[in-house]
Amino acid sequence: MILGIETSCDDTCAAVLHGNEILSSVISSQTEFHALYGGVVPEIASRHHLELVNAVIAQAIAKAGVELNSITRIAVTTRPGLIGALLVGVATAKSIAYGLGVELVGVNHMEGHVAANYLPPEPVEPPFVCLIASGGHTSVVFVPQRGEHKLLGQTLDDAAGEALDKGARLLGLGYPGGAELDTLAADGAPGYVTFPVGLDKPGRLDFSFSGVKTALYYYLRDLDPKIFNEHRADIAASYQSAVITALVKKTLAAAASTRCDQICIGGGVSANTELRRLLATECERQGMRLHIPPPTLCTDNAAMIASAARYLPAKPLPDYLSLGATASGGFAA
Amino acid sequence: MEFVSRSEEQTAVLAAGIAKLLKPGDVIFLAGQLGTGKTCFIRYASVSLGVREPVTSPSFTMAQTYSGKITVHHLDLYRLSDFTAEDAIDFEPYFEAETITFVEWPEQAEPFIQRPAMVIKMEHVDINSRRISIVSERDDLRQKLERLFASAGH
Repeated sequence: MILGIETSCDDTCAAVLHGNEILSSVISSQTEFHALYGGVVPEIASRHHLELVNAVIAQAIAKAGVELNSITRIAVTTRPGLIGALLVGVATAKSIAYGLGVELVGVNHMEGHVAANYLPPEPVEPPFVCLIASGGHTSVVFVPQRGEHKLLGQTLDDAAGEALDKGARLLGLGYPGGAELDTLAADGAPGYVTFPVGLDKPGRLDFSFSGVKTALYYYLRDLDPKIFNEHRADIAASYQSAVITALVKKTLAAAASTRCDQICIGGGVSANTELRRLLATECERQGMRLHIPPPTLCTDNAAMIASAARYLPAKPLPDYLSLGATASGGFAA
Repeated sequence: MEFVSRSEEQTAVLAAGIAKLLKPGDVIFLAGQLGTGKTCFIRYASVSLGVREPVTSPSFTMAQTYSGKITVHHLDLYRLSDFTAEDAIDFEPYFEAETITFVEWPEQAEPFIQRPAMVIKMEHVDINSRRISIVSERDDLRQKLERLFASAGH
């Protein structure tokens, strides 16, 4: 039985995995946790993780219906992320592992997003190509087998989720407004404005989203306010389409380059309606199988960290005492 | 000192020139609206400091660290609201005597973090052009900046 702990970004998360079954997965921003804890909205700083981590773990254990001492392995995110935030998780994980006398596994957050695909309700197995698109990351990797990741493309500037959030802000939707942009775009015509698709060249698998963001800024700056009000949904749809088109085209090109017929995704952007629609359409057209985990496994969670720890080598005591946190670290090419 | 860059290439030359003036422990603030090229400027400065991996926007992650000839920390405080002294604790590991630290959206954190060696302000002019102004409180750096601007015809 594995206890997973994830504190690399905004959410404090803990989960219990028994075999491949998710017994519990608690995320601090979930309403049900808020209600229990008193409605404190966690912020970014490590002290919020510090305040929440014990309560989140206690709830994960309680919801799983197990005793803490039935845990046989601890998994914790060690990179990449804000050092202070990561250290809260790492120190907590070490303490529990030491107390229980069990082994510890340090997990790369990005690998966790890939490992979310191994979990129910529809577990998949490699080989596959995985797109990870969130507010902080955009990469496409080839996974020939569990634990092996070959980076095929990554963003050279902004992340896809960041591009959607910042575009939403330029359109007056507030920040982060990726979800609102998605809703507004649903009523718009994506062909209304032609925004540039970043690095749109055959064979180029890297992403660039800062150009489209700047293009939107200058388009809006020179726009008649009357047209803006009339066509806001069309502009939103056109902008979103440029971002999503890049994600879909490059993911499919990545799959083709590895002769892989299975595509998986991870990260918060996987909730985007247009991404799901276009990816499904294109996968069907090109005879690819598409796998999208449920939303709670796509956004940051600890079940995916525990999932990666099922196949990663564990460190016994005292080896894990020296385990640290690292600010950087994605996949290697 | 002020310069209107007419292209990304001109910005790259300026960023590389400025990077060469920096010393371990220096902190550089970058102010300016969305899309003015703050991350782009830091990317070219970092390349000049020997960083070889892609320098991407840390708006979401808030901090990224790169190793070049020197360790480069890249902070972005865009998402933070109501920055407090306690928030500053989280960023302490990114201000070190032997590293160079770039800070985007530094305004609200300014009272709580290390004084910058220089403040670079970027403004929109048109789709290819940006006004870049640089202010430094340090006499030695100001002189070097003046020489850099004079020699480059900025």
